[in-house]
Amino acid sequence: MAEPETLLHVEELHRSFDVSLPAIERLMRGKKRATLKAVDGISFTMRRGETFALVGESGCGKSTVARLVVGLYRPTSGRVVFAGQELARLKSRKAAAPLRRRLQMIFQDPYASLNPRWQVKRIIAEPLRTHRLVASEAALRQRVAELLLQVRLSPVDGDKFPHEFSGGQRQRISIARALASNPEFLVCDEPTSALDVSVQAQILNLMKDLQRQLGLTYLFISHNLAVIYQMSDRVGVMYLGRLVEIASAERLFAAPRHPYTQLLLDTIPSIEITGREREPVGGEVPNPINPPPGCSFHPRCPFAYERCRRERPELIDVGGTLVACHAVEEDRLPQARAYTEYET
Amino acid sequence: MSLLDASNPPAWLDGGSWTYPLGTDNQSRDVLSAILYGSRLSLFVGSLAVLLALLIGVTLGLLAGWCGGLTDTIIMRIADVKLSFPAILLALLIDGVVRGMLPRDAQSEIASYVLIAAIALSFWVQYARTVRASTLVERNKEYIQAARVIGVHPAKIVLGHLLPNVIGPILVIATINLALAILTEATLSFLGVGLPPTQPSLGTLIRNGNDYLFSGDWWISIFPGVVLAVLILSVNLLGDWLRDAFNPKLR
Amino acid sequence: MLEPLLRVENLRIELPTRRGVLTAIDDISFAIAPGEVLGVVGESGAGKSLTGTAIIGLLEPPLRIAGGRITLAGRRIDNLPSEAVRRIRGREIGAIFQDPLTSLNPLYTIGRQLVETIRTHLDLSPAAARDQALALLREVGIAGAEARIDHYPHQFSGGMRQRVVIALAIAANPRLIIADEPTTALDVSIQAQIIALLKRLCRDHGTAIMLVTHDMGVIAETAHRVAVMYAGRIVEIGAVAEIVAHPRHPYTRGLMDSIPRIGGRRQRLRQIDGAMPRLGAIPAGCPFNQRCPEVADRCRRQRPDLLPAAGTEAACWLYDKVLLPAQEAFDG
Repeated sequence: MAEPETLLHVEELHRSFDVSLPAIERLMRGKKRATLKAVDGISFTMRRGETFALVGESGCGKSTVARLVVGLYRPTSGRVVFAGQELARLKSRKAAAPLRRRLQMIFQDPYASLNPRWQVKRIIAEPLRTHRLVASEAALRQRVAELLLQVRLSPVDGDKFPHEFSGGQRQRISIARALASNPEFLVCDEPTSALDVSVQAQILNLMKDLQRQLGLTYLFISHNLAVIYQMSDRVGVMYLGRLVEIASAERLFAAPRHPYTQLLLDTIPSIEITGREREPVGGEVPNPINPPPGCSFHPRCPFAYERCRRERPELIDVGGTLVACHAVEEDRLPQARAYTEYET
Repeated sequence: MSLLDASNPPAWLDGGSWTYPLGTDNQSRDVLSAILYGSRLSLFVGSLAVLLALLIGVTLGLLAGWCGGLTDTIIMRIADVKLSFPAILLALLIDGVVRGMLPRDAQSEIASYVLIAAIALSFWVQYARTVRASTLVERNKEYIQAARVIGVHPAKIVLGHLLPNVIGPILVIATINLALAILTEATLSFLGVGLPPTQPSLGTLIRNGNDYLFSGDWWISIFPGVVLAVLILSVNLLGDWLRDAFNPKLR
Repeated sequence: MLEPLLRVENLRIELPTRRGVLTAIDDISFAIAPGEVLGVVGESGAGKSLTGTAIIGLLEPPLRIAGGRITLAGRRIDNLPSEAVRRIRGREIGAIFQDPLTSLNPLYTIGRQLVETIRTHLDLSPAAARDQALALLREVGIAGAEARIDHYPHQFSGGMRQRVVIALAIAANPRLIIADEPTTALDVSIQAQIIALLKRLCRDHGTAIMLVTHDMGVIAETAHRVAVMYAGRIVEIGAVAEIVAHPRHPYTRGLMDSIPRIGGRRQRLRQIDGAMPRLGAIPAGCPFNQRCPEVADRCRRQRPDLLPAAGTEAACWLYDKVLLPAQEAFDG
């Protein structure tokens, strides 16, 4: 059987934001221009049909990557290649339309992602209308009803307004809207972070079913490692705009390599371990406007030394996992702890 | 009309009669009829002025908020310049310029339109600012981003998604402004630079009556004044109702 | 058996609306022993935050306490005039809320806010209060306290701000702290630090904590006992280890099953169909009867009280030993 095709290829992606003070204030205070490097050299590939997760804490840039992939931001440098084409290079809206049809997004906040003044059927029909995918009003109604059923809502829900629905139901509406144009690829930006845990289970199950039924590919952004464990095939760990580890989910959870990944897995409040006593690693994520030189994790890393302060580590292949860490490269880390028995 | 009926007091006082229920002015014009015509003209001028201000203000506000950058800066600086002129002064200025440009006869006819333009140009800034602020907030909301991801034309996003969600506070401001516009018209007419005395509006009526207040013919000013107050109150209440009616959450 | 520090008995909280009076909290009872950490877990709308707000006396009208009592160290606190409540708040009961950004006044230095709180409740001179404030900052783990005491809230990161909020809460050495989602807005690695801090303070000062959250993981690590709330009622209460390992109430079981975990088989998460009923749409009898996989006829007619259920207490007719002795085999 042929290897599934590469659907998304991200190469040396950079995105900076100018966060300087307005010109006059800068002059008065004698400050320089300030740039925030939200995404600082990200590269990864995704195959059709897989779920690739990007995990990291706030400020790591994963949401910015999501928006870069889907075309809401233009890269400062680097490329986002979807199905062989670069969205950023397509100048006109018309040229970009066929690509946009195939690539959709689900957002985090179920309350802000639906226009509060539009009826649900209008919200779901918008992609259909924009891309002229149906010929008549009757066909439109039909399709909207199908989509509502697909996300396990009822066709009569189309006449209601978003505020009449709960958070979980709104997220279903968002999914229905994203599926309207029959996309192949969905970027999911923390789709269940704002939901209660039992509702989260419903939505995650729905997403898994849809992926199977429709052959979808997911770029799944989250800060919740447990959710990622359940949903993804491969995982990329981000810290301050860089990828520090990329591995299959099995390998990442069974044998995390990068000290930051180990920190994350260590600090998740876990149900299994009631009353556990532990001294968590100190420190906080530094200010992304002034990241530490060399390896951005070195101030918090128990294995950091001189080289880590000077030289930024590159991703190297260590037994199938890509890791960006000098200590790993030099084999200085103690034997990686097995965090879990991963079964499929 | 006969000059003998001039300066009649209201019907319930001595010397009045029910032909002229609220009395007459010094030129024997019936106060009640004048009020009826005058209110119509005041409302006409006020509403059109507010509508025009809305059109200018909302458009510029949306443009400034959505496009940002240079467009935003230019529009906001124009707004700042305008704000440094008080409304009345601006209206006076526009009025004076137009008077200077046109022959006398034409002036009376288009006086109301000049007044509308003058008032509109004084009021648009608050709409522009409010809409711009709301646009800046809504623009980053996820439903707008969703529309962009779908590939919807920016104009459709601004008109279809953004506008309905920023228009709420505007309606309330607009109705308060309607009251203010009517008042401004009245003030300008009172000062003599609004509508000419031949066209009755509540303002000109009050002006006419002002001269006679202290000689005891109070009804010429007071009744138009009361009607003005009631009109403004009703307009404000209408505004509250309108805002609630447009809120889908309260349906 | 220690005399409980806080005792809540048959508490009812009502919300009068245009469409009638809604019952937000419907007859809940629980107790917190001195130095104990009680977790209150539930999904949005269950009423857990409301319970905390009521205890600390910050219920906003038209919400009102319509029945039951709250006693602190034997003294009733739910029916006191507002001046008395204000004195209790801070001195005997401290509060930590979810968003550290809005819990601190952005216009004043944290030193000033700390000193103000200390001097409101304790009779200390400004200098002594400042020393106390410094000690508090050090205790909650803020490095360089001497310099940072004169900083403004925006100069702190999220985790640091939450530490300051905790310092404010313990400033007058209260015996009970109500913590409402104290770690939800923080990053995972910072959450762990804050949890460790709370546990340490609890141990060192003997403070009891009522920890309100939707995150079962946080509760598992921090609390001794936990109360599970659903639609304004407590459906299960007991020791944390017991409830996590052997949940008795069908809702608790469903909740535990839907929590994604790392390790073990990756399969479909067990889900509970439907959603928690909104206020005003709560069914008669047991509030969970519309979604319960083991619903019986009685559940639709009669509301169960908390019944002993082999290690915990669960409000479920499955555990009514009087009528259903056969259920004993079920609990095996």
